[in-house]
Amino acid sequence: MIKFSDEKLKKVDEIVARYPQGKQKSALLPVLHLAQEEFGGWLSTEAMDYVASLLKLEPIEVYEVATFYSMYNLKPVGRYMFEVCQTGPCMLRGSDQIIDYIKQKLNIGIGETTPDGLFTLKTVECLGACGYAPMMQLGKHFREHLTPEKVDAIIEECRRNTAANN
Amino acid sequence: MGSRKLLLEKAHVPGIRGYDVYRREGGYRSVEKALKTMSPDQVTEEVKKSGLRGRGGAGFPTGMKWSFLAKPEGVPRYLVCNADESEPGTFKDRYLMEFLPHLLIEGLIVSSFALGSKSTYIYIRGEYAWIPDILEQAIAEAKNNGWLGKNILGTGFDCEIYVHRGAGAYICGEETALIESLEGKRGNPRIKPPFPAVKGVWDCPTVVNNVETLAAVVPIINEGGEAYSKIGVGKSTGTKLLSACGNINKPGVYEIDMTISVEEFIFSDEYCGGIPNGKRLKACIPGGSSVPILPANLLLKTAKGETRIMNYESLSDGGFAKGSMMGSGGFIVLDEDQCVVRNTLTLARFYRHESCGQCSPCREGTGWMEKILKNIEYGKGKSSDIDLLWDIQRKIEGNTICPLGDAAAWPVAAAIRHFRDEFEWHVANPIASQNRNFGLAHYADPLEVVPA
Amino acid sequence: MADEKKLFKVTIDNITIEVEPGTSILQAARKIGGDVAPPAMCYYTKLKGSGGKCRTCLVEVASGSTADPRPMPKLVASCRTNVMDGMVVKNITSEKVIDARNGVVEMLLINHPLDCPICDQAGECHLQDLSYEHGKEGTRYEFERRTFKKHDLGPYIQLHMTRCILCYRCVFTADQLTEKRVHGVLDRGDHSEIATYIEKSLENDFIGNIIDVCPVGALTDKTFRFKNRVWFLNPVDAHRDCSHPKCSGKVTLWYRGEEVFRVTARKDQWGEVEDWICNECRFEKKATADWTIEGPTKVNRHSVISQGHYVGVVRPQEALYDVMGGRAPRLLMDIHDVSEVNRPEIDLSKLERPAHSTDFESNGADRPTK
Ligand SMILES: Cc1cc2nc3c(=O)[nH]c(=O)nc-3n(C[C@H](O)[C@H](O)[C@H](O)COP(=O)(O)O)c2cc1C
Ligand code: SF4
Ligand code: SF4
Ligand code: FES
Ligand code: FES
Repeated sequence: MIKFSDEKLKKVDEIVARYPQGKQKSALLPVLHLAQEEFGGWLSTEAMDYVASLLKLEPIEVYEVATFYSMYNLKPVGRYMFEVCQTGPCMLRGSDQIIDYIKQKLNIGIGETTPDGLFTLKTVECLGACGYAPMMQLGKHFREHLTPEKVDAIIEECRRNTAANN
Repeated sequence: MGSRKLLLEKAHVPGIRGYDVYRREGGYRSVEKALKTMSPDQVTEEVKKSGLRGRGGAGFPTGMKWSFLAKPEGVPRYLVCNADESEPGTFKDRYLMEFLPHLLIEGLIVSSFALGSKSTYIYIRGEYAWIPDILEQAIAEAKNNGWLGKNILGTGFDCEIYVHRGAGAYICGEETALIESLEGKRGNPRIKPPFPAVKGVWDCPTVVNNVETLAAVVPIINEGGEAYSKIGVGKSTGTKLLSACGNINKPGVYEIDMTISVEEFIFSDEYCGGIPNGKRLKACIPGGSSVPILPANLLLKTAKGETRIMNYESLSDGGFAKGSMMGSGGFIVLDEDQCVVRNTLTLARFYRHESCGQCSPCREGTGWMEKILKNIEYGKGKSSDIDLLWDIQRKIEGNTICPLGDAAAWPVAAAIRHFRDEFEWHVANPIASQNRNFGLAHYADPLEVVPA
Repeated sequence: MADEKKLFKVTIDNITIEVEPGTSILQAARKIGGDVAPPAMCYYTKLKGSGGKCRTCLVEVASGSTADPRPMPKLVASCRTNVMDGMVVKNITSEKVIDARNGVVEMLLINHPLDCPICDQAGECHLQDLSYEHGKEGTRYEFERRTFKKHDLGPYIQLHMTRCILCYRCVFTADQLTEKRVHGVLDRGDHSEIATYIEKSLENDFIGNIIDVCPVGALTDKTFRFKNRVWFLNPVDAHRDCSHPKCSGKVTLWYRGEEVFRVTARKDQWGEVEDWICNECRFEKKATADWTIEGPTKVNRHSVISQGHYVGVVRPQEALYDVMGGRAPRLLMDIHDVSEVNRPEIDLSKLERPAHSTDFESNGADRPTK
């Protein structure tokens, strides 16, 4: 059975306290973010049911929400997810070429994960970095002004991080 | 001489993100002034006088919106700051929040005071994952220094600000979808009426305003609504943040006072710095992806032959047939080597991806348009497809629950209206169109001026 | 006089009536009746919060009220817009409305499987009716129609997601009639679907009502013993003394010969359920002995059975015969898709001609329910 640590449970209480009494459903989006971070980068049915029980919701209310928002992963993803923006302003600055480059470099298609489970490539729609295009989201942060060289360096960096953490 | 800066003036002061520097540079004066010397209604009155128009896209007068807020006895009221910023081409709110978080917090405190909101929420798009930390730190600093919490400045006014993170959905920028999302639900826009001013979050009266709108309250209170209204022209008062992107030398966020010309904005070194590699201007979407795209000739001059100015009135001069909109200030430039069909396809894909799916014309129509555009872009289009596209967008527009349907229809309509030749060329040259572009064609040719 | 409630005058398609304040345009138009009433695919009088989504009920407000006679800039959803005193509304007298409604109907149909010959709802489907009135000959949609992964909702209810128009009625029903909703709308945009996420059966005592509220054949009765040809059945009103406190026990029994093939709630002239019934009445009580018979049901206004739309066509060689007398059933005949239901091995798109029921002959009444 999965469960938040005491520290995270305190965080959940803190989030719930932001909203009026009895409106704990409002905490759903932030708590799902927390669950995704804690439980391996995606939301399993078990994780969603757990969140439902914490916030006293019916599980279906959680599923409805989790499937609506694009940031919740409903399947396991690689350790590093390259979310490359492909909308107009990024396209004008060469995002298509960057996506092709990553595909070829990692030898995966869009939506796929490398066999070692390290990288997932995903295309996304405008992330609000149009002036710094092409760009991608990697974890919490944006990587901007991408070039093939920069992509190489990012991949290297991820590999180094993995090696250092294992 | 550059434009007057009211918001970004201090953006480059080292350490301005922190409380101490921000306060030393004159921060939080507006809170002192408002809470100690003004009544909530007086604050609203100043905002009315300033002529400030909402910076989130629709341009609705902010003071008027505030005065609509219902104030039933014993029912809490809420101010919600719309930091969902997801309209392609727009990244100005991010800049404000990242570099001047205290400016937003200051604006929020004054606005909360005016509206009587004791719990104020910042709804920020989930992808801006690092910004909540910045905002929460600013909130903590403000609280430690007595600007938030109970009995602020001894005035008896209590206020807390909370950051609420979204999770990836453009539609949550629409104010009623945002409210649903804040309630922990799917971001389905509500059917109006009732309007949020009467029944908003948790069924209480609510005002939703854009980040930039609320930040602009700070200079309005500091300098007075009257003084603010003198900046700019006509109904475009004050300054406006623009996020410029696409094929320009200096993409970024600029503050303008709405008196400069579009041409100056694109080509002056103070702003976009012209187009890279000596290429020529083909087209521009001046106010975020939803507003009509204009070819170079109609962009720089109105149909009447007047110089187009970067403000609400001038950008929309000529209506939808020959003008565009200020929108959210996302300024997207296309150089002569860009393909309008491809650009339109990416936008159609965006709207299909972001439709909430509640109402039939938007749910079905956005996907249909994307599929047809894809065919045209990849050399599989038929000439009847162009008219079909036109007809589909026409059937979406105006017939949906929320304006996302319109936002999806307009870019397609404008692209066909102004760039029909390019669509036809794609259809007629399925092979050539895969290897080269239609180019600039006649899109920068001087227009025949139609006397008014 | 002064304490008498003031009524609002509203004119719809040149007919003026008086209604109570707070009445929607749709309800006012229904009072007038006939063609003046806009079609409503998502609104449901008994379901709080319903309406506004399908956009088939759009009307033009030519004048807002006596006090503010300006026209409304856009067409409005009549189901969610209340009348004002002196309001002037145009429904079928507005070209704009007809044009927009044709557009909405086209949108509703582009991804619809058009599998009416094998659909249980055929003959009582609101979308079918709507497409007769507003549909175009042929489709302009040249892409593959949307498909979904199949979900099993348990022993009572069959879901055909491809037919769903996302009216949300079944979600409101589960929310408002049962203690614990287990199905809902998942995903978003053009991939939205009705599902439970985890495979879960719908078994609440009142969940069967979602079959009756569904305007199309997306939710059907798995215990219905003779699929997809309601016009062979004889509807008869009946009641029983149901022990369930919330159940009205008032139903329509659908007979063929002496046998009850299906039990549904009774519906009014707008196709809306009059009183909810429980699962036991609906699914378990299929013997005449269970019921007190009241008499033949009056057939609904909305139903193609009563409107006799099934005329002048290559007829399915069945008793359809008896109910004909109107326009050609385009939908019934114009099938160009693989059937997702019942007989997935029949590839309708391979037929040289429109499909009709003879193509399903070998799998008639004895078709398995699953
Ligand atoms: C589809 C859609 C997306 C929107 N996105 C945003 C947004 O990201 N940020 C924003 O401030 N307003 C957005 N708006 C406008 C809001 O609905 C609302 O008008 C605005 O927040 C009001 O604030 P303002 O008056 O300060 O501009 C959007 C509207 C629509 C229809
Ligand atoms: S217009 Fe689109 S986004 Fe807006 S409510 Fe309808 S389906 Fe949802
Ligand atoms: S299954 Fe039927 S009732 Fe439920 S949303 Fe779909 S069409 Fe409406
Ligand atoms: S278009 Fe890519 S970040 Fe905006
Ligand atoms: S019935 Fe009014 S919008 Fe569906």
